[in-house]
Amino acid sequence: MTTTSVTMEDKQGQWQHLYKVLSKPGPYSDEDWVPGMETVKALESSKILGAGGLGCEILKNLALSGFKDIHVIDMDTIDISNLNRQFLFRQADIGKPKAEVAAAFVEKRVKGVKITPFVGKIQDKDEDYYMQFKIVICGLDSIEARRWINSTLIGMVDPEDPESLKPLIDGGTEGFKGQARVILPTLSSCIECQLDMHAPRPAVPLCTIATIPRQPQHCIEWAHQIAWQEKRKDDSFDSDDMEHISWVYNAALQRAQHFHIHGVTFQMTQGVVKNIIPAIASTNAVIAASTTSEVLKIATSCNPYLENYMMYAGEEGVYTYTFEAEKKPDCPVCGNLARKMTVNADMTLGDFIESLGERAEAQLKKPSLRTEEKTLYQRFPPQLEEHTRPNLRLKLRELVEDGEEVAVSDPAYTIDFRYRLNFQ
Amino acid sequence: MADAFPATLAGPTSKERRYDRQLRLWAASGQQALEDARVLLVNSDGPLGSSSTGVSGVAGVETLKNLVLPGIGGFTIVDPAMVTEADLGVNFFLEQDSLGKSRADETCRLLRELNPDVQGYSYSTPITELLQDPAFLPQHKLIIISGPAKRSTLDPLCLEAQELGIPVLYTHSVGFYATFSSQLAAEFPIVETHPDPETTQDLRLLNPWPELAGAAAALPNLEAMDDHQHGHVPYILLLLHFVEEWKQSHEGNAPANYKEKTEFREFVRSKTRTDNPEGGEENFDEAVAAVLKTISPFTLRSTIREIFEMEQCQTLTADSADFWIIASAINTFYTKHNVLPLPGSLPDMKAQSADYVSLQNIYKSKARADVEEVLATVRQLESQLNRPMAPIPDRDVEVFCKNAAHIKVVRGRAIPQINSNSDPETLSAIRNQLGLSQLGLPDSLVSVFIATQILDAVVDEIQSSAQSSSFSVDDEALWKSHTERILALLQRDDPTPLDEEARESIENAILELRRAEGGELHNIASLAGGLVAQEALKVLTRQYVPMDNTCVFDGARSRSEMYRL
Repeated sequence: MTTTSVTMEDKQGQWQHLYKVLSKPGPYSDEDWVPGMETVKALESSKILGAGGLGCEILKNLALSGFKDIHVIDMDTIDISNLNRQFLFRQADIGKPKAEVAAAFVEKRVKGVKITPFVGKIQDKDEDYYMQFKIVICGLDSIEARRWINSTLIGMVDPEDPESLKPLIDGGTEGFKGQARVILPTLSSCIECQLDMHAPRPAVPLCTIATIPRQPQHCIEWAHQIAWQEKRKDDSFDSDDMEHISWVYNAALQRAQHFHIHGVTFQMTQGVVKNIIPAIASTNAVIAASTTSEVLKIATSCNPYLENYMMYAGEEGVYTYTFEAEKKPDCPVCGNLARKMTVNADMTLGDFIESLGERAEAQLKKPSLRTEEKTLYQRFPPQLEEHTRPNLRLKLRELVEDGEEVAVSDPAYTIDFRYRLNFQ
Repeated sequence: MADAFPATLAGPTSKERRYDRQLRLWAASGQQALEDARVLLVNSDGPLGSSSTGVSGVAGVETLKNLVLPGIGGFTIVDPAMVTEADLGVNFFLEQDSLGKSRADETCRLLRELNPDVQGYSYSTPITELLQDPAFLPQHKLIIISGPAKRSTLDPLCLEAQELGIPVLYTHSVGFYATFSSQLAAEFPIVETHPDPETTQDLRLLNPWPELAGAAAALPNLEAMDDHQHGHVPYILLLLHFVEEWKQSHEGNAPANYKEKTEFREFVRSKTRTDNPEGGEENFDEAVAAVLKTISPFTLRSTIREIFEMEQCQTLTADSADFWIIASAINTFYTKHNVLPLPGSLPDMKAQSADYVSLQNIYKSKARADVEEVLATVRQLESQLNRPMAPIPDRDVEVFCKNAAHIKVVRGRAIPQINSNSDPETLSAIRNQLGLSQLGLPDSLVSVFIATQILDAVVDEIQSSAQSSSFSVDDEALWKSHTERILALLQRDDPTPLDEEARESIENAILELRRAEGGELHNIASLAGGLVAQEALKVLTRQYVPMDNTCVFDGARSRSEMYRL
């Protein structure tokens, strides 16, 4: 086996296991790759940004992969329900900011690593901030935050400047399932291209909740969405307030008894109103480690990185499926074509806007719309909202031509989405 | 309804709050099983050669992390190694002050910090010495062994575990590769397999029991209904009704094949009212969508038939496990009725509240009656057999009936090895995998398993040798001789030579494995710890379906495979 002429300091030290694979080529590493100190230097000088619910695992793994300069963003504080998997936190830490506690713990445990926490949202930071990193790794728990960071990193790419391209490694879990993906902004399939693979659960129609409940969940939704508004409209609902949850639970229970529906429990009530996703330490470990392994490979070139998606399911044995998700030319974020959308021309603009929230390929909650010629509906400023509001009652065929392009903006994202509306 | 809803303190306990996100997956019964379990980790077994203190055991410690967090009862770490500088760069559950101390004690201490409810024990004595005490192993419900382990340790440990009925997981995490194999009991039954709810619906639309058929027959004339009523008839009653109508024009036969079912689907679709303001009806849409899946006679899945036919189910004894008594009672039920007990759950569907609830009650009552019948058979069997143990809890029979169509029995096998005593089935399964590359499939990761077997053989020779300190784990001559020996073993029962692609795939796996010289990379160890813990959780809770019996993860190419070897 060949070894390099570069002498590796620390051959017997803390990083000896890691340095073994960084100091010799493997059968799958690129032929042009130069193992040795150069690679180690590249690793140590790579500034990495991590964020989100997989943060504990990600920070531990990055620190033990030899990265020296790690930044972490998290807006949350520690809750008791995090302790079954977020292993850097203890009972006494409940209520403290996650980013600070996690950063301090890992810095203390792993010699020589510097971890800089930021307590806040990823959306609080601008392009200048993101430009300083080599790689961004996310274990975010919301689709909205993923789409935001995706479109931000894509918007930063300057074809003249290779440094402006920040690989985005994304991981997510739900129960025994999860996925890891590698996104090279503008070069590979992005989060937006893959949006329809992560469709939200269909919402229960409001009329079912209001008039004909059949499931315990319908009774809980009623208590949460309707009864609270009627009886306690002066209190803003807080899903972390036990008294609020208890009230919703009791209201749901009474409604369920009235309709002879069984199965409303406190646990279910919490699950419905907080939209709780089951989460366990082992799945988080699998997904976080697969994302950080990709970060190490990208930063050092010691092996090929994932192209570009690995799904994982652990309910029945161990199952993974690795494939290359396709870049879509009509992706509203990384493509240059407007995406085609087939619509009913007799639908009102208001109903169409509502449907944008449910369509798997759009999932936009507060969109504003305009064509090249006119504004169809604009939420802000208030004068313009008032001015465009009457359009909501008009049918699409009265506002746009068959095949016309509309630009959709949403306050949650930095970019406009382009759709070409084709009438059914 | 009352004006205000009193906020009584119905909140969860602090333990329920801590474990909320996992209780939604395995419920209180699964949690209890975890809390009753103590897990043994055999994390190293002597040096790996001159320059090494032994297996670094990170995957093992990471596995325990993922079991301590959800709250297993306790764990034992057996690890004779002392903490070195190299450990600190790869093992998170060690700190600067741990240097030079017992690795078992230090990892145990730092793991215990994760969950005050979990007991931790550590031993710096080799496992072979601990096995001298016959009371040692039986304290544990699961054994995890970090490989490579020498055969003189591995074989007796696995054998004793098998005799005691304790499952074993044998793991490797080397460089970018992780492999692990399980040894479960010869019959490992699971009742709560948690199948996808979509696949578990059993609505009996082609063989309704009298109460269900009665509910459909009692439907008022559909044509005479107003739009509101017509749009709220539950789709199940619609389908039952239309099947009866179809039968009248088809010599009393229900739609039987794909062609007839699609015709029937169009027939149902044609009954939808479209002249209403919505231009359609949701309940009819649901009925149309459900035709292909639900208009089918009940069939017993072959996996369940095989379980019924197993010796343990056919011949009960006083010592038969609860599972087999209930399985036998359900087989009796099936023989009599040609269906399994009704699970009794009903999907949500467009309907008025009261109509849905009364339909739901028809399903629930039938399910209850089926449970009662099975329960009576269970009690009869118990008294016939004169079982010495406590009667089977009613609740277990109920859960079994609900899951009857999805129960599983994994037939455990010994930890697969490639050596002169190898089971011919293991060798032939490996050969089959190696042959797949000829079919144009991506090359099989079974070559990684072969490479770890060669590593085991190399380490076994080093550790068994009198001059163990003079060998390196990267000794060229040792690798060469064991590679040749193992490749020859693969051709023992099937002398067809390995093809070029298979050889290349094995060579590459060996190269990538040797690159790490037996060392672990934290990411891969952590990933392996996640996968192994997942298997441990499934085995301990007896929920979901454990792997059978070998998994390989290739971190170089970001993919995994599973084999029964």
